[in-house]
Amino acid sequence: MTDALLKPIVTADNLSRDYDVGGGMFSKPQTLSAVAGASFSVLPGKTLAIVGESGCGKSTLARLVTMIETPTGGTLSIGGRAVTPSDWSSLRSVVQIVFQNPYGSLNLRHRVGYIIEEPLIINRPDMPKAERVARVREIMQLVGMRPEHYDRYPHMFSGGQRQRIAIARALVLEPKLLVLDEPVSALDLSIQSQILNLLIDLQERLDLAYLFISHDLSVVRHVADDVIVMYLGRAVESGSKEEVFSNPRHPYTKALLSATPKADPRGTSTRIRLQGELPSPLNIPPGCPFAERCWKVQDKCRAERPALDGDHHKAACFFPEGAAEASAPVASAPVA
Amino acid sequence: MSDPTPLLRIRNLSVDFTTSSGLFRAVDGIDLDVASGELLAIVGESGSGKSVSMLAVMGLLPWTAKITADEITFDGTDLRNLSGPARRRLIGRDMAMIFQEPMSSLNPCFTIGFQLKEALRQHLGLNARDRHARAIELLEMVGMPDPERRLKAFPFQLSGGMNQRVMIAMAIACRPRLLIADEPTTALDVTIQAQILDLLTGLQNDTGMTLILITHDMGVVAETAERVCVQYAGQKVEDQPVIDLFDHPYHPYTAALLAALPERATERRLPTIPGTVPGAFDRPTGCLFSPRCRFADDTCRGTQPPVQPPALGRARCHYPIGATTPQKVTQ
Ligand SMILES: Nc1ncnc2c1ncn2[C@@H]1O[C@H](COP(=O)(O)OP(=O)(O)OP(=O)(O)O)[C@@H](O)[C@H]1O
Ligand SMILES: Nc1ncnc2c1ncn2[C@@H]1O[C@H](COP(=O)(O)OP(=O)(O)OP(=O)(O)O)[C@@H](O)[C@H]1O
Ligand SMILES: [Mg+2]
Ligand SMILES: [Mg+2]
Repeated sequence: MTDALLKPIVTADNLSRDYDVGGGMFSKPQTLSAVAGASFSVLPGKTLAIVGESGCGKSTLARLVTMIETPTGGTLSIGGRAVTPSDWSSLRSVVQIVFQNPYGSLNLRHRVGYIIEEPLIINRPDMPKAERVARVREIMQLVGMRPEHYDRYPHMFSGGQRQRIAIARALVLEPKLLVLDEPVSALDLSIQSQILNLLIDLQERLDLAYLFISHDLSVVRHVADDVIVMYLGRAVESGSKEEVFSNPRHPYTKALLSATPKADPRGTSTRIRLQGELPSPLNIPPGCPFAERCWKVQDKCRAERPALDGDHHKAACFFPEGAAEASAPVASAPVA
Repeated sequence: MSDPTPLLRIRNLSVDFTTSSGLFRAVDGIDLDVASGELLAIVGESGSGKSVSMLAVMGLLPWTAKITADEITFDGTDLRNLSGPARRRLIGRDMAMIFQEPMSSLNPCFTIGFQLKEALRQHLGLNARDRHARAIELLEMVGMPDPERRLKAFPFQLSGGMNQRVMIAMAIACRPRLLIADEPTTALDVTIQAQILDLLTGLQNDTGMTLILITHDMGVVAETAERVCVQYAGQKVEDQPVIDLFDHPYHPYTAALLAALPERATERRLPTIPGTVPGAFDRPTGCLFSPRCRFADDTCRGTQPPVQPPALGRARCHYPIGATTPQKVTQ
């Protein structure tokens, strides 16, 4: 079966989330656009990665897709149907989330067995207790935990083990999409590989779809099928992993890839030096959000916001990399 | 390393913490020479004693820590029994450290300008105008936008990444001869990280500053370090020039660590290291890595391994990888 015949599990269309911030006694509230117009779909058995630097809106997007927060614009569709908050409880089992911090996200006062069972108690109250327990034990085995762990408390486990508990808890409702918000960032390298292997295994066995959020491009390169690069709440590039990594079109993507250290001491570094800072999310300039740091910025970039353009491999840039640059008056990247 | 008088010399450094359940050994018999002008990286799992060993050198551990060492010298000065005033003259000026948690080392009650200038006043005795100019210069060096205005900011008014850069500015304020940077870029985005690493390696190149970089990021190690020490469960298990370490790790732990890097993966499934680091209660009698090592035999489980010669990466291992014959040292 080709991808074209698969039906997406989740589709986001122009999904947005604004926050009202500030607004103390003497200042008027401002609007912070944490996610602005995100569109994508996730297919069964596939991994869509969201990458970008701190504050670009990755976790906000995760909360929208997991129906923890209502979008302020756009639509989220599950199984082809647009979702409203009244559907949330019935759809909860389709999309589940695993958070970054394996310490903070588990209730330390409960035993492991109960932590994993809890979503069933809440969402499947009609399921007999014996069946719930059997399901929990089955899931524990699936994520590589031992039966005797059932009665232990989370504090008795290492970071990697706790992340297994979190994954088990997310899987117990048999979701079709797992949102993974920096699932391995807090883990040591040797544990990271165990968890990545587990995720790869589970995906193959259960045909799970992943929305995989990470700032670590070497991890994304290993697990993703498709990639979206975000900058200040907006997608600036999207495409298949191969397209985005081998042939980045947005200058920001190119800079991000070049700045990621490679574990090869013989490699020659060709880092692109960016000028300037990320603008404040409360004060995003009117044109391209990357304009202030871009080495080929033109007047047009400051005046007008480029749309995310292209067939499958899309970029939001008036002067994308790899385009016929001869006619455009652009500089080349300031490489060190 | 061939340098006859290293800038920093450590012999048999151990640190034990008094805890409610007894003594806990966080650092276990570390030997280390760092030559003047060198850029050394220390890597290892979380909890392997990277921070504690360097805090011990700086004399910055709490009283619950019991430090023992046969030698800790900085440029010939014995750091173990230094008087208070002598230590204060050295620490913060000739030896400086960037701490892993930037917020814990900035005072929330004072502006960053005040804190920077105070460091300059104490150690360099500059006048007010020079202090102001130098403070701005330092913030520019660490890539802080709008430095003049930022001097008036309190730490809580800046992002985590900006505070981290203030910490770096404070650490390099007095042009230290030795800078210990403990995960200096973990809270930073990669584009800013690149800028900070350039700054630190630039200082090392231009001023001959010695840099010890603690990090868990093997990419950062590969791109910046000259030499690498690998720590495991409080011990140094390997010590090699960076290229040699990536080409030919001798300790099975180092080899397993490098194999676990996603970018070195040849298949979809990554190589893993089974099990976890030993804790206070399951510390093995022999090699500390033996419960997780696929080459371990009864010798490894029963006897502590020797430290191999430099040609074998100073591996703390009975059977360094690729050594032609088992390198058993019988004393
Ligand atoms: N509840 C909220 N109220 C106000 N602003 C918020 C809220 N949640 C997020 N933001 C802001 O929205 C923007 C995006 O935040 P988000 O946490 O989604 O970023 P992120 O990409 O996950 O960053 P990181 O990599 O640091 O986790 C940030 O500027 C953040 O400060
Ligand atoms: N004040 C303390 N009291 C008791 N134990 C401590 C104290 N400080 C550190 N430890 C323990 O000493 C060991 C070594 O800690 P250290 O902070 O040096 O690890 P690290 O290698 O720097 O790890 P990370 O990569 O997480 O920073 C750990 O097991 C830690 O829990
Ligand atoms: Mg986040
Ligand atoms: Mg540390």
